[in-house]
Amino acid sequence: MKLSSKDILGMKELSVGEIELILETAESFMEVSTREIKKVPTLRGKTVINLFFEPSTRTRTSFEIAAKRLSADAVNISSTTSSAVKGETLIDTARNLEAMNPDIIVIRHSCSGAPQMLAGLVKQSIINAGDGAHEHPTQALLDMLTIRQKKGRIAGLSVAIIGDIAHSRVARSNIYGLTKMGASVTVAGPSIMMPREIERMGVKVHHDMKEAVKNADIIMMLRIQLERQEVNMFPSLREYANYYCLDQKSLKWAKEDVLVMHPGPINRGVEIAPDIADGPSSVILEQVTNGVAVRMALLYLLAGGES
Amino acid sequence: MKRYLLRGGRIVDPAQNRDAVADILIEKGRIAAIGENLTEQRVREKGQRTSEPVIIDLRRKIVCPGLIDMHTHLREPGFEYKETIETGSRAAAAGGFTAVACMPNTDPVNDNHSVTEYILRKARDCGIVRVYPIAAISRGSEGKILVEMGDLKEAGAVAFSDDGKPVMNSRLMRRALEYAASFGMPVISHCEDSTLSQGGLMNESFVSTELGLRGIPNAAEDIMVMRDIALADYTGTPVHIAHVSTAGAVRLIREAKARGVKVTAETAPHYFTLTDEALRGYDTKTKVNPPLRSRPDLESIKEGLRDGTIDTIASDHAPHASTDKDVEFEYAASGMVGLETSLGLSLKLVEEGILSLSDLVMKMSTNPAAILKITGGTLKEGFEADITVIDPALEWTVDVMNFRSKSRNSPFKGWRLRGKAVLTIVGGEIRYSADA
Repeated sequence: MKLSSKDILGMKELSVGEIELILETAESFMEVSTREIKKVPTLRGKTVINLFFEPSTRTRTSFEIAAKRLSADAVNISSTTSSAVKGETLIDTARNLEAMNPDIIVIRHSCSGAPQMLAGLVKQSIINAGDGAHEHPTQALLDMLTIRQKKGRIAGLSVAIIGDIAHSRVARSNIYGLTKMGASVTVAGPSIMMPREIERMGVKVHHDMKEAVKNADIIMMLRIQLERQEVNMFPSLREYANYYCLDQKSLKWAKEDVLVMHPGPINRGVEIAPDIADGPSSVILEQVTNGVAVRMALLYLLAGGES
Repeated sequence: MKRYLLRGGRIVDPAQNRDAVADILIEKGRIAAIGENLTEQRVREKGQRTSEPVIIDLRRKIVCPGLIDMHTHLREPGFEYKETIETGSRAAAAGGFTAVACMPNTDPVNDNHSVTEYILRKARDCGIVRVYPIAAISRGSEGKILVEMGDLKEAGAVAFSDDGKPVMNSRLMRRALEYAASFGMPVISHCEDSTLSQGGLMNESFVSTELGLRGIPNAAEDIMVMRDIALADYTGTPVHIAHVSTAGAVRLIREAKARGVKVTAETAPHYFTLTDEALRGYDTKTKVNPPLRSRPDLESIKEGLRDGTIDTIASDHAPHASTDKDVEFEYAASGMVGLETSLGLSLKLVEEGILSLSDLVMKMSTNPAAILKITGGTLKEGFEADITVIDPALEWTVDVMNFRSKSRNSPFKGWRLRGKAVLTIVGGEIRYSADA
């Protein structure tokens, strides 16, 4: 089986079969990262460009390591300035990169829709590494891989996603992915962090942390993105933490074997208490490990390498 | 000047309650005679000279008073790379418009005598359609100090608007309404509470949630419509609400009209043709302000047009070059060209039975002329011959490369439309002919 599109733009576009294929392929690549020599020749001669218009440590490094462990050549371009400021348009940047004949372009951009724009423009595969408040499909896939490893399944699980849903691309991608795979998803946070008609995405909405985590199998805490908050958006981190920080008390409302997840980077003491982040329920670092495998799987499936 | 005999067309002139087949004789730039079967002899009797008129066969065509687009952006001076008065005028003529009113958000802003005169001179030099400058409400459209309204009226401005930059200061808006009224000039309000819409890129809805684009709530428009109605009511002065896009605005205007408040309103074809579903795919050509709204809003706009709440249809023609549009959605300029698609899209309302043809002519000619207090809007003997001829059966494809406008930013590219202007006559001169 193959992926139906040349690009990975969002979880919305992926079918259940495609998600399963990606997760299974990722499973098979897990082992490579545990070897003494962490490299396979699968994508030798292929070029992957990481085009990052937004600061990122985890995702960019993860893509770079994934490419290198598959023997592809990885090139990183980081630019914190927008194309509008820089003087060259995103389209021109993309056309120039295209002219150098890479195989895959991984893009992160602060503007929702930027990867879609490139996908329609260049012949290379585009992987969305996060666009604005739209989607972050590789994060959702690595989250789903982690859930499957720990719980053996996704269908039937109860997942609570808590925090600033309005600005979160991680939330959107996970909602699409998890509901497609049969999980039941609840989102929670202050009303001002809930986007309009979010329930139409097939989720339950709560403003009370207790209601949201009650009987949850998985709790995903979202980073409060201070840099994305508008003026007058919410009163203070202190008040936020009072109601929505995952600590020992709120964790007790969930199931005993609950998994605590976080896409990182974490704000210790804001959305998650340090002892929870480092505690036995937390799988935050496993998520990071799985991120490499998921990205190896996507590069492999898109670049059409042979195993 | 040539004499023309427009023969056998269906004359639709709501101002005179006329909807019947008749001939029109044009002489010296004016309508010399209208009547059934104007024979050669009567043509000669009516005519001052005996030269034979050019006969134009208009059987199965609609002949109506020249269409007037009361809300366009011609971009000159300052943004000639998007549009000029000449290219915009050509686009207008090709779209069936004999007159356009152009918004003041040029560079420099049209907030003084000289810019108004410049626009009028340029329009006269290219001599294609009538161009009526709308001057700013406030200096630089900065919302602080009123413009010299008397001086601008004398220069030739026909209305005042800070279009694109809502007047947030209610006291200034009150003063603008009062002062403009004392000169008998209309004020056109772009209703948007910019403190509420700030940073917004599209309608706030389920679609904006899915696309992860910051939303502009309907309330941003409704609040300002409410304010302007309250000010018009209190001061007893008229106000014209530009580009109505929300169900709430339609409801508020309907109620205000019923109470006798002097409010008039316009909408644009995209608000009764597209919803925010068109933004899926992030096509920057669908980015416009006010934004494309939801289905219930679209239905309310149609109802408002049907019941007379909305008086006029204007294109809000907003040309932008590819450099303004071929960027990330967030960075893209707002607006779409409309002069060459406005009529075709509006004729759908007639096809759907929402408006009669006569109603449509009212909203695209008679009412705009009345609101702006300009010539035109009717076909009466002795009046200047501003006439639009429409072939209602002509099916055509929107080909943006064929636009007379300098810009191509239309979300209707490739659409099949039915009905098109085939002849545009301004002051007795043919300014556009589909046959040419």
